[in-house]
Amino acid sequence: MTQKVLMKGNEAIAEAAIRAGCRFFFGYPITPQNELLEYMARNLPKVDGVFLQSESEIGAINMVMGAACTGARVMTSSSGPGISLKQEGISYIAGSELPAVIVNIMRTGPGLGGIAPTQSDYYQAAKGGGHGDYRLMVLAPSSVQEMADLMFLAFDKADEYRNPVMVLGDGVLGQMMEPVILPEPKEGKGVEKPWATTGKGNNPKSKLITSLYIKPEEAEKFCEHLAAKYLTMAERDTRWESYRTEDAEIIVVAYGTAARLCMAAVDMARDKGIRAGLIRPITLFPFPSAPIYAAAEKGARFLTVELSTGQMVDDVRLAVSGKSTVSFYGRSGGMVPDPRDILSQIEQIESEKNGSTAATEGGAA
Amino acid sequence: MEHRMIFAGFGGQGVMLMGQLVAYAGMLEGKHVAWIPSYGPEMRGGTANCAVTVSDKPIASPIVYEPTAAIVLNQPSLEKFAPQLTPGGQLLINSSLISGISSRADINQVCLKANDLANQLGNLKVANMFLLGALIGLTEFIHIESVIEALKKVLPPHRHNLLEVNRQALQKGLEYVTSSSLGA
Repeated sequence: MTQKVLMKGNEAIAEAAIRAGCRFFFGYPITPQNELLEYMARNLPKVDGVFLQSESEIGAINMVMGAACTGARVMTSSSGPGISLKQEGISYIAGSELPAVIVNIMRTGPGLGGIAPTQSDYYQAAKGGGHGDYRLMVLAPSSVQEMADLMFLAFDKADEYRNPVMVLGDGVLGQMMEPVILPEPKEGKGVEKPWATTGKGNNPKSKLITSLYIKPEEAEKFCEHLAAKYLTMAERDTRWESYRTEDAEIIVVAYGTAARLCMAAVDMARDKGIRAGLIRPITLFPFPSAPIYAAAEKGARFLTVELSTGQMVDDVRLAVSGKSTVSFYGRSGGMVPDPRDILSQIEQIESEKNGSTAATEGGAA
Repeated sequence: MEHRMIFAGFGGQGVMLMGQLVAYAGMLEGKHVAWIPSYGPEMRGGTANCAVTVSDKPIASPIVYEPTAAIVLNQPSLEKFAPQLTPGGQLLINSSLISGISSRADINQVCLKANDLANQLGNLKVANMFLLGALIGLTEFIHIESVIEALKKVLPPHRHNLLEVNRQALQKGLEYVTSSSLGA
């Protein structure tokens, strides 16, 4: 029977990963995601899995790559500076077309930063992060339930596309407890991975996993193959949630924790008679440009809210393509806005509408 | 109704556990709940707090703004959180460790000598439960029985001998604010 349990986001990610068939975890501790490692250390051995605290984040990501080569479901997790250290490995995993899941429970930066909640790793997550022409699929949960659900999706999509998938959270999501209905454990062996380097067997040729393409002609072909893959991702696996957008004149775009705050602000605005709504990207790559463009064409004006000085707002502007206005409101360094501050921003945009209408009328008269 | 609550005190006074029990109890009653700890460096040796939301509707912001109630177990917590309460909000003060009350006239303040009352029951650790019982008595946002059920799940079986003293503390806290002797 499915029963609600009260769990921290970090723990829900770990338990969901185990239920999704993850049997290998390699990582190095860092706040605010340590509960994830602790949970894995306690519980992976119970299902004959391997938990290993590596000597460093670089060691961990290369162990992830090794396990992924054998076709195992494998993950690592870290935060900010630790994720930066993993970037070389992530690029190699993407370049070798290996499935793996990487969790980043963001902390503030740049540099050592602090442990408070932030969304300042958006660029790093959604635009590649490491060297080379690659993308990660990036999933951005906004509740503990969604953290559990998206872990299943992360492993499935990593296998399907043979591409690393990043789950991007923050300290609030990692640390908070909410009721969660855990997905039923996955049965069976999972998808076939004929490419896995588990021995030559009866194959005429040895299996080779590499990201080395020394001839430009071959390298270009490979890059185009990756690009085609990302296009397929965009067509099939772009995810978002629309909240009260049907008649919305002002649409807030926010993900993760910021989206929760914005949802409260949208409700407050609606109570005041302002037609506000929220588009919450669930995949940051591929980015849900289509619903944003459609709303922009209908005349909605946009407010992007982030726990950063403005990163996703670039993608919102690209999606809007000049069809409407895009404002930005952010707090950084671990400061979290009060929904009433976001409401003030919405009210400001609302008053500008009235103001500009008045000016036009004045001009006409 | 959305109850947005802050539980604050020194590390070791059981504020995190109190918040978790409230969230758990709310969940057992079929309500929407969220619990967030303060996880900053302030936790180490200093003041700890957590925020809990219990609501009939899905919770938009799990981060508590304008709390509707706060339980404060030490002086710094009173000074930090009393100003944040929403007008008409409920403030419960552990007057065993806190001298005075907030200067705000637009909130309801109740003082309880929680440490002294807990000592009378023979277990200082249930001071938090007196205050929680009082909050339940004042706002009726969950039932004491649900908190006991939550305790059964949170406490390991070999600690279930503590259920009774917790129940008594909750009950006495509730009676303290609901009895006519309070004169409120």
